[in-house]
Amino acid sequence: MKPEELTAMAEKARKQDAHFAHHIHVCTESGCVSSQSDVLLKNIADQVQQRGLKDTVCLKGVGCMGLCCNGPLLKADDTMYQFVKPEHAGAIVESLSARPVTELVCDTKQPFFTRQKLIVRENAGLIDPENLADCVAHGAYRALLKVLTTMTPQQVIAEISTSGLRGRGGAGFPTGLKWATVSKASGRAKYVICNGDEGDPGAFMDRSVMEGDPHRVLEGMAIAAYAVGAGQGILYVRAEYPLAVKRLTRAINQARREGLLGHGLFGSNFDFNVEIRLGAGAFVCGEETALIASVEGKRGMPRPRPPYPANSGLHGCPTLINNVETFANVPAIIERGGKWFAGIGTEKSKGTKIFALTGRIKNTGLIEVPMGMPLREIIYDIAGGIPDGKAFKAVQTGGPSGGCIPAEHLDITVDYESLTKLGSIMGSGGMIVMDETSNMVDVARFFMEFCKSESCGKCVPCRVGTYEMHELLDRICNRQANMADLNLLKDLCDMVKQTSLCGLGQSAPNPVLSTLRYFENEYLKLIQSSPTNSTEDGAKHVALEVLS
Amino acid sequence: MNTPIDVGTESITLRINDQDVSCRKGETVLQVARENGIDIPTLCYMEGLSIWGGCRLCMVEIAGSPKLQAACATVCTEGMNISTHSPRLENYRRMIVELLFAERNHVCSVCVSNGHCELQAMAVKLGIDHVRFPYRFPHLEVDNSHDRMRMDHNRCILCSRCVRVCAEIEGAHTKDIKGRGVLAAIIHDLDQNWGESETCTSCGKCVNICPTGALTHRGTAVGEMTKKTTFLPYLTLMREDQP
Ligand SMILES: Cc1cc2nc3c(=O)[nH]c(=O)nc-3n(C[C@H](O)[C@H](O)[C@H](O)COP(=O)(O)O)c2cc1C
Ligand code: SF4
Ligand code: SF4
Ligand code: SF4
Ligand code: FES
Ligand code: FES
Repeated sequence: MKPEELTAMAEKARKQDAHFAHHIHVCTESGCVSSQSDVLLKNIADQVQQRGLKDTVCLKGVGCMGLCCNGPLLKADDTMYQFVKPEHAGAIVESLSARPVTELVCDTKQPFFTRQKLIVRENAGLIDPENLADCVAHGAYRALLKVLTTMTPQQVIAEISTSGLRGRGGAGFPTGLKWATVSKASGRAKYVICNGDEGDPGAFMDRSVMEGDPHRVLEGMAIAAYAVGAGQGILYVRAEYPLAVKRLTRAINQARREGLLGHGLFGSNFDFNVEIRLGAGAFVCGEETALIASVEGKRGMPRPRPPYPANSGLHGCPTLINNVETFANVPAIIERGGKWFAGIGTEKSKGTKIFALTGRIKNTGLIEVPMGMPLREIIYDIAGGIPDGKAFKAVQTGGPSGGCIPAEHLDITVDYESLTKLGSIMGSGGMIVMDETSNMVDVARFFMEFCKSESCGKCVPCRVGTYEMHELLDRICNRQANMADLNLLKDLCDMVKQTSLCGLGQSAPNPVLSTLRYFENEYLKLIQSSPTNSTEDGAKHVALEVLS
Repeated sequence: MNTPIDVGTESITLRINDQDVSCRKGETVLQVARENGIDIPTLCYMEGLSIWGGCRLCMVEIAGSPKLQAACATVCTEGMNISTHSPRLENYRRMIVELLFAERNHVCSVCVSNGHCELQAMAVKLGIDHVRFPYRFPHLEVDNSHDRMRMDHNRCILCSRCVRVCAEIEGAHTKDIKGRGVLAAIIHDLDQNWGESETCTSCGKCVNICPTGALTHRGTAVGEMTKKTTFLPYLTLMREDQP
C-alpha cells in the first residue's frame, strides 16, 4: 500500500459513515456474546432490513465497552443500553427516531465511565474489529506510516524510551530498554513475539484488546519490528480464546491483502509478516523462555536465563517479546509523542493500565485508568463498591503471582512501586475483590492449587514445593494443622521463592506470604481450633531410611 | 534445552569461598568450582549433556546479586564473588532433597540401587536425618516390558539425564516427559511401554546415567545395581576431536 492509499481508505470509510443518520454499536466480545449479543446483532440487522432502514442505520459489532456485568451492552446514537436481550431488537430500532427505551438505558455519566482514561481501549466500542476500513478510519496504521516515512529505528526507540512505557505482562521491564537491547544484538534473523497467553485466573485484558482492536496489536508489532530490525512476528495466543484467534487471523489476512503486512510497507524497504501460534493453555507457556520452546515445537518448559531472549531467543536468534497491551500502547505513543505519554501516570509508572475487575464488587468488567489512581477510587467510585452492604476486605492483584491488599491500605496509589512495597505486584492487571465473608487462608489455598497444577515439573522446589504447600494449606483449612505445620509452610515459602527456576515458582508463595502478612490471625484461629493442635512437633514426621 | 556453553581462551579471575581462582571465559561457576576442588552438590547436571537447571541443589550466593544462581547454568564473569556454602544454602539443599524423598516412594532397603544411589548419597552428604514434609505415597508403575532394562517410576527424581543422554548422545530421543507438576513422568515414544518402543536401540546409556534406582538392568537384586558413567566423557571427547 502506498501512503496516500491509507489516507484515501480512511477518507472513504469516514464519508460512508457520515452518510448514515443513525449508528448502532453492539458489543460482540466474548463477555456479551456469552449472553447472546451475537443473536441480538442479527435480530437488529433483521429489524433494520424489515423496516427498510438499511441506508439510514449503520449497524456494527464492536469491542468491549467495559461494563461487562451489565451486558450485553449496546450504543444507539448517543444512548447506551444495558442488559439488552435479543427480543429487544425491535424496540431499540424503533427508539432511534423516538424516545429512548428508558428501562434499558445505561447511565454513561456514572464514575465507571467518566473516571477512566482510554489509550489502549480508545477505539473499543467505536470500531468494528472485523472491518479494516473502519479501523483505518479511526487511525489504524497511521503511526506505522509515520514511522516508516519519517523516523529512523533509533528515533522510534528513543520515543518509546521517552514515554517511560513499561512491560504490561507482569514484571514492568522498561520497554525502550528492551527494544534497544534487541536492536543492538546481532543474529542471522530477529523475531518479534507478542505474548497473548494470558493465563492468570480472572484476567481478560489481553483477550479484550485482541478481540476488540486486533489491528492495533499488529501495528504495534510492526513498529517494534522496524525499530529492532526484525522481519517476522509471531502472535502467541491461547487456543481457549477462539474469538481472539478468529479476529486476529482475519486482521492478518486483511492487512496482508491491503499491503499493510508483507513486502516493502508504504513504499519503504521494510518487510514484515506475522503468523499466529496457538498455545494449549498452560500458564507456564506465558513465561518467555517456555513460550519460545513451545513455538519451537518443544515441550513448554522454561530454561535458565541468561541468555535472555533479547540475545538468544527463538531458534537462537535475538527475539523481542512483549505483552499484548504493551504493543497496543505503541501506536498512540508514536502518534502523540513519548512526552505526552510520560505526562500521564506517576514518576516511575507511566501511561494507563487496563484492569479486569472481578469478585465481590458491584461493577465487574474492564477499566483503563491512569497509573497512580488511588485504590479507593477504583474500588468505590469506578467499581461501585461492595454489593449487599458488605465490607471490603482485600483485593488480590497480580493473580497467583501477586498478593492481597487489605482495607487499611485502600489509600495507596496503584502503580508498580507501591504495589510491590505492599508485597503484591501489578501483574498483568487482574483485580479480584474480596468482602468480609472471604476466608483468606482459602484464598491462598486456591492460588496454590492453581500453581501446583500449572507447575511444569522441571524444577524440584516448584514441582514438589507447591504440592507440599498446598497440602499444608489444606490441613490448615480443614482444621487438621498445628503450629509446626505453619512454620514448615513459612520455611517452604522462603525456599521455593529463592530457589525455583522461573517466575512461576519464584512467585507461587506470594499469595501465602501476603495473606500471612495481613491476615495471620486467620491462620492462627484455624490452627487453634484444630483438634490435632495438641501434638507438639507434629508427629507426622516419618523417619527416613538412609543406608539401611 | 540449552547447548553447552562455548568455552573461549580468554581468562578471567574470580573468588569462590574467599579463594582466588582463574578460569577461561565462558566456563560455568560449577566447572570452575570443581576444577578447584570445591564441591557443589548436583543431581541433574552431567558433564557432556546440555544444562537442565532443574534440581536446584547447586544454588550459590553471588555478592551483589539479590537472587541465588544455579552454579551449573551461570557463566563466570570477571570479579565475581561466590559463596557455595552457607547455613541458608545448606538448609535449602536439605529441603530440596527431602522434597524428593516425599515426592515418590523411595524404599532404600528393597531398592536394587541401595548403596550405589546418588540421591541416597546426597541425603547422607547433606546430613538429612528425617523428612519434614508429608509423604505423597503415589501409586506408580514399574515398566518391566523391556527385555533387558527396567523403569521404576517410584524411584525417579525427574532429573531428565536419561532424556538428554538418549536424545543428545544416542540420538534416539526415545524418552521424554509428560504431564505437569508432581504428575510429570518419563515416557517412551508416544507414552508406550518401553519394550514396545520402536526408537530405543537398547544401548543402555540411560540406565548407566540414571542417578537412582529408576532405571536399572533386569536381573539385579537389592543393592546389586551399579552404574558406569565413564562412557560419557569418553564419547564427548571422541566427538570433540572430530573436525
Ligand atoms: C509463569 C509466568 C507466566 C507468564 N504469563 C504471561 C502472560 O500470560 N502474558 C504476558 O504477556 N507475560 C507473561 N509472563 C511474563 C513474560 O515472561 C514476559 O516477561 C513478558 O511477556 C514480557 O513482556 P512485557 O515486557 O511487555 O511485559 C509470564 C511470566 C511467568 C513467569
Ligand atoms: S518454577 Fe515451576 S514452572 Fe518454573 S521451571 Fe520450575 S517447575 Fe517449571
Ligand atoms: S536404551 Fe538407549 S536408546 Fe533406549 S531409551 Fe535408553 S538411551 Fe535411549
Ligand atoms: S529415570 Fe533416572 S535419569 Fe531419568 S529422570 Fe528419572 S531419575 Fe533421572
Ligand atoms: S464484553 Fe461486552 S461490554 Fe465487556
Ligand atoms: S545441578 Fe544445577 S540445577 Fe541441578
